Amino acid sequence: MKKFMKMYKTNLFFAIGTTICIIWIFIALFANVIAPFDPLDQDLVMRLKAPSSEHLFGTDRLGRDILSRVLVGSRLSVSAGLITVTLAATLGTIYGGIAGYVGGVVDDIMMRIAEMVLAFPALVLAMVIGVVLGPSLYNTLLALVIVAWPNYARVMRSVVISIKENDYVEASRAVGASNLRILVKEILPNSVGAVIIVATLDIGNQILFFSTLSFLGLGTPPPTPEWGAMVSDGMDNFMQWWICTFPGLAILSMAIGANFIGDGIRDLLDPKLRKEF
Amino acid sequence: MNLFKFIVKRIFFLLLLLMGVATFVFLLSKMVPGDGVSAYLSPRSLANEKIVEAFKKEWGLDQPVIVQYGRYMKNLLQGNLGVSIRTGNDVFGELLRYFPATFELASLSIIFATIFGVLFGIISATKRNSLLDQSLRAVSVTGVSIPSFWFAILALYVFYYKLEWAPGTGRLSIGITPPEHITGLYVLDSLLTGNTEVLLDSIPHLILPSIVLASFTMGLITRTTRANLLETMSTDYIRTARAKGLGSFPLMFRHAIGNAAIPVLTVIGVGFGNLLGGMVLVETIFAWPGVGQFAFQSVKSLDFPAIIGVSLLIAFNYAIINIVIDILYGVIDPRVRHSR
Repeated sequence: MKKFMKMYKTNLFFAIGTTICIIWIFIALFANVIAPFDPLDQDLVMRLKAPSSEHLFGTDRLGRDILSRVLVGSRLSVSAGLITVTLAATLGTIYGGIAGYVGGVVDDIMMRIAEMVLAFPALVLAMVIGVVLGPSLYNTLLALVIVAWPNYARVMRSVVISIKENDYVEASRAVGASNLRILVKEILPNSVGAVIIVATLDIGNQILFFSTLSFLGLGTPPPTPEWGAMVSDGMDNFMQWWICTFPGLAILSMAIGANFIGDGIRDLLDPKLRKEF
Repeated sequence: MNLFKFIVKRIFFLLLLLMGVATFVFLLSKMVPGDGVSAYLSPRSLANEKIVEAFKKEWGLDQPVIVQYGRYMKNLLQGNLGVSIRTGNDVFGELLRYFPATFELASLSIIFATIFGVLFGIISATKRNSLLDQSLRAVSVTGVSIPSFWFAILALYVFYYKLEWAPGTGRLSIGITPPEHITGLYVLDSLLTGNTEVLLDSIPHLILPSIVLASFTMGLITRTTRANLLETMSTDYIRTARAKGLGSFPLMFRHAIGNAAIPVLTVIGVGFGNLLGGMVLVETIFAWPGVGQFAFQSVKSLDFPAIIGVSLLIAFNYAIINIVIDILYGVIDPRVRHSR
């Protein structure tokens, strides 16, 4: 925490990223209170109105207030990014940890399976899963996790392979520790740093990926406000620039925030890179 | 190991990888409820058992799964990708038709990304922690954070609709006939046939979508170039060269860049692979008749023969690019050549 505060003061980008993300998390938590209008409330008289003092971000083709929809839409994006990365990282860590620790044929088979998923074009895979299972938030998240986990497995495996040769692991085994104990007590704490670096850098990607799927109509079904789907609405109303601009800016700002934090955490956890940035 | 053996080995692994990808798509297609029949037949046909039976028989869906898999792999190994259920055309032919458009756009895009990415990276590393460095880093993070579909719409709105600097969507303006088909790359074909009208029309059409596509890869290249140059600059031999009185720029160009090149090359390769396969959104928005659009249409209608074709093509591109990059490593760094 001390290091974190120091970084907040010395690393400008990290400070900006943290501030952006804290604001978005705050908005996501209290969106219903902050939003000036009900995000689902249609007002056909006020449809396609440009930004004004009443509707700061304008209105969409059903007369819904875009500002309110952007604010409430943050919930889905924030949670999608965090949930996907948490699940994928957990799954990949366990999978890669076992593959790396057991080694041999098991490792070979497990990693070839992971590479098969990796070799598959991510967007096509996620789209197929989305179409097969039907559009819903749950299915979108499932598609994202299926696409994302092998990367973590690969990172975890490579770290575990180098760690398990260390003397302290040997020592632990010599005093009779079980495999499970060695994995949890010795290997996990020493390898989790690498996974965290990948995970924080991945959050921004997953937010982008989530909005991409919902842009393609594979996310939460309407009328739930979701940023990607809102940008897609904006494409159908091309002349009304405000419809797609604001949700797009929201995605961009959140992804930038997440990436700045990711860079910062990498610098903090990876001493080799710390000097570079 | 010599280069020939190295390439043969890599091609063998490439075939294994493609078979893995094919198996994976096959398993995916089996996850579709009701064999996916419901995706292809109208509700009225679905109610008619005879039609469903005939459809299953035609596509071999009445056989046990393992027999289906055997036949599927046999066909693939013979180079037969099958017929697209959606369009009724040969999948291989479809890919040949769509790929040049994607290749042309991806190539220009990776050129933009490489030139600006490497340039920004070098400037950032030489002027480390200056205001210029900070701004370029902000630009590169924006590049990797910007949603491409949004950027594409915005770029069209500003440069086509408002400023009228850029032409509209598609590969050519309305009323212009495509050049005679030689490679399928309009710029190259119009050059070869001396068709200046098409040449002057196709280049402007390429520029806006390729800039939009380049932003992500450019951000990655800038970051990688900067980080690796800084790492190289802190090594002992650079310090020695500096101590001997070499200035910043000759130091950078004669000693540092070559040593920082390998990770940058990897990022360029991965970026090119991404561009060749992952341009679904930008191609859809720019109405660009490429593989990405074909993939999107195929996925929407769960046209599995076409999905398999697209997936194999993308995996193939990645693998070939990786092999080429591994060979280039050897060209840049003799140590890699000897350890191979």
